[in-house]
Amino acid sequence: MVNVKINGIPVEVAEGTTVLQAAKEVGIYIPTLCYHPDLTPFASCGMCVCKQENNNKMLRACSTPVHEGLSVITDDPELFEVRKAILEMTLSTHPNSCLTCIRNGNCELQTLAAKFGIREQPFESRVSKIRADTSSPSIVLDPHKCIKCGRCVQVCQELQGVFALDFIGRGDSTVMSPAANLKLNDSPCVKCGQCIVHCPVGAIYEKDETAELRKAIADPNKVVAVQMAPSVRVGISEEFDLPVGTVSTGRLYAALRKIGVDLVFDTNFGADLTIMEEGSELVKRLTTEGSVLPQFTSCCPGWVDYCEKFYPELNENLSTAKSPMMMQGAITKTYYSQVSKTDPKTIYSVALMPCTAKKFEIKRNDTMKSSGYDDVDLVLTTREIARLFRANGIDFAALKEEECDSPIGEYTGAGTIFGNTGGVMEAAVRTAYHLVTGDELEDVNVTSVRGLDGVKKGVVDMEGTKIRVAVVNGLANVKEVCDEVLAAKKANKPAPYDFIEVMACRGGCIAGGGQPYGTDDKVRQERIAGLYSDDEKSTYRKSHENPSIQKIYSDFLSEPLSHKAHSLLHTTYTKRKKYNV
Amino acid sequence: MSENKIEFSPELVVFIDEWRDKPGNLIMVLHKVQSEFGYVSREAADEVSKQLDIPFAKIWGVLTFYHFFKLTKPGDYNIQVCMGTACYLKGGDAIVDEIGNLLNLEVGGITDDGKFSLEAVRCIGCCGLAPVMTIGGEVFGKVTKNQIPGILKKFA
Ligand code: SF4
Ligand code: SF4
Ligand code: SF4
Ligand code: FES
Ligand code: FES
Repeated sequence: MVNVKINGIPVEVAEGTTVLQAAKEVGIYIPTLCYHPDLTPFASCGMCVCKQENNNKMLRACSTPVHEGLSVITDDPELFEVRKAILEMTLSTHPNSCLTCIRNGNCELQTLAAKFGIREQPFESRVSKIRADTSSPSIVLDPHKCIKCGRCVQVCQELQGVFALDFIGRGDSTVMSPAANLKLNDSPCVKCGQCIVHCPVGAIYEKDETAELRKAIADPNKVVAVQMAPSVRVGISEEFDLPVGTVSTGRLYAALRKIGVDLVFDTNFGADLTIMEEGSELVKRLTTEGSVLPQFTSCCPGWVDYCEKFYPELNENLSTAKSPMMMQGAITKTYYSQVSKTDPKTIYSVALMPCTAKKFEIKRNDTMKSSGYDDVDLVLTTREIARLFRANGIDFAALKEEECDSPIGEYTGAGTIFGNTGGVMEAAVRTAYHLVTGDELEDVNVTSVRGLDGVKKGVVDMEGTKIRVAVVNGLANVKEVCDEVLAAKKANKPAPYDFIEVMACRGGCIAGGGQPYGTDDKVRQERIAGLYSDDEKSTYRKSHENPSIQKIYSDFLSEPLSHKAHSLLHTTYTKRKKYNV
Repeated sequence: MSENKIEFSPELVVFIDEWRDKPGNLIMVLHKVQSEFGYVSREAADEVSKQLDIPFAKIWGVLTFYHFFKLTKPGDYNIQVCMGTACYLKGGDAIVDEIGNLLNLEVGGITDDGKFSLEAVRCIGCCGLAPVMTIGGEVFGKVTKNQIPGILKKFA
């Protein structure tokens, strides 16, 4: 431990703690701009400058580790002037378009300008004229608003391991961009949106499609059916100032009806269905001689895109089961349309997702039209639907909770935890146990796969059948696992695992690229705790116990992996190029 | 990356092998690639990316960071117009514009017949002769707009 003083207040902190963290321990706020707790400090902006008390030497709090006896002043008139000048300089290269910016109200630069009371612009404005890159179905890069903090590049490289973005050029003309003047959509980008949620300003953002939903609702010939992913019910709460981790399922149903949505369904039902199909597929692979193992989960389109581009040799290891969203879309336009006698042509199928990659997934290949129509017509992220609610004057926090529409709304706790890292594995284990042994798992809490570690490994004992599992949390961690699997495959050795879950975003979809801003590990943990509390409250905690799931099999699909299930609920994968040129 | 694969000379391949695990290998390899081809094409950068197992975007970041690296094929005659302070003050930009107009060329571009390419460069150390341009290594000082057609003709 090291003893330091922050503004005269003594504090004992662990070796390696930065000045910024030490100050936080004693409740002192140091302004930052480029710093993000998820990332290695890049120290590009200088906002966090502080002084050493004895010699007035300046240091950057975000990147300076403390040492014994260090005494730091975090604020005085001179530091205020330095920080203000940094802000003014940053603003001189930034357009004054706050009023029409997608980040208006939650931009970190705007917030600092307000905090520092910036009222004039002493430096001549030099705003670059680079045009926005709108090539991606999910993400807009608008470099003329970029303040060059470097977070997006770091996220894309360190957290995601994709390397779609880098600093291109030098000095004034540096831009964060794909290589070789290529468009984002022609780069290896997997559309996870992590660059968006880490960008402090409006320089990277989701392709906003709220207008499409408005249009559909206004169209009297359309039956608008909306499903919502597990993580949206917990993310949306923060958009309306409810405590982090609050589960707002019933309020979301209510809000959707208030804005004129005709049918409110739940992706959690689709998640239960996914477990039935994916779990059965796993059991089949485990019990059929010569099957390809391990089986990887396939519900994360960021991961699927990555696999198709970086490890196409492992495409055959991906579960052929579609994601919960796509399953839900397919049965909305088939099963639901049959039982309710609604013409599938008139159904407009919308999915609320924590994820920008989902906007791409709905058009990934032709199996996404298994109903004969687009199974899902539109994906809106949590942030987009919150925006729409606000514009429609919905007092979200005050809404009375409502119920979902049946028969494709009822869900189990297993469906809910699909939203967090380890959750798909846990849900699968709960049902696979039953499929393998014919018995029921007594303690449904599979705690070994929970938590925020990058790779979690374990062995699940199913009455003697040992299943070796791994859970990958954050896409950059998948390389080591893929390399291990690939090496065994090439050497004709037995597979090192049986079943592997991958979620591209750290913490899982609860911290997806479409979720509210301001995510760090504390927020991740609180959102995860929210989902687990929903799981614990559920009447049923295993997908195969869901009465509506049992009914859709007896009335419509007959059994998991049936011919019909295959044509509606399964998909295929292709090798893709990292760069499209 | 595009399917038209680039061929590295045996010498270059050996060089890459030698440098594979050494620190600073990327810069050295890119240097060598440029001396072999005169520039570093997208295909060449992609090949280096595969050989050294370094992401393509990282390589492009390095290539665009150093002015030394050329990303487009130079023409038979590469025209460099100095944009250093002295030359700039004496109208270096007007020279660039004039050449651009005459040859229908942008900075960084190459004429359709591949004859001329145009670059704006930093001070080349003969400020006394400002504004200065070079063509294929030959230096022209105190250049005026009117002289340019004549100068270009020498190389046509
Ligand atoms: S969406 Fe993901 S993969 Fe694409 S640039 Fe952003 S961080 Fe990288
Ligand atoms: S795009 Fe955003 S995250 Fe990336 S460097 Fe610019 S301001 Fe930072
Ligand atoms: S982890 Fe979830 S939110 Fe992130 S890319 Fe995958 S599906 Fe989308
Ligand atoms: S926040 Fe420390 S340098 Fe940017
Ligand atoms: S500025 Fe042109 S030669 Fe020095």
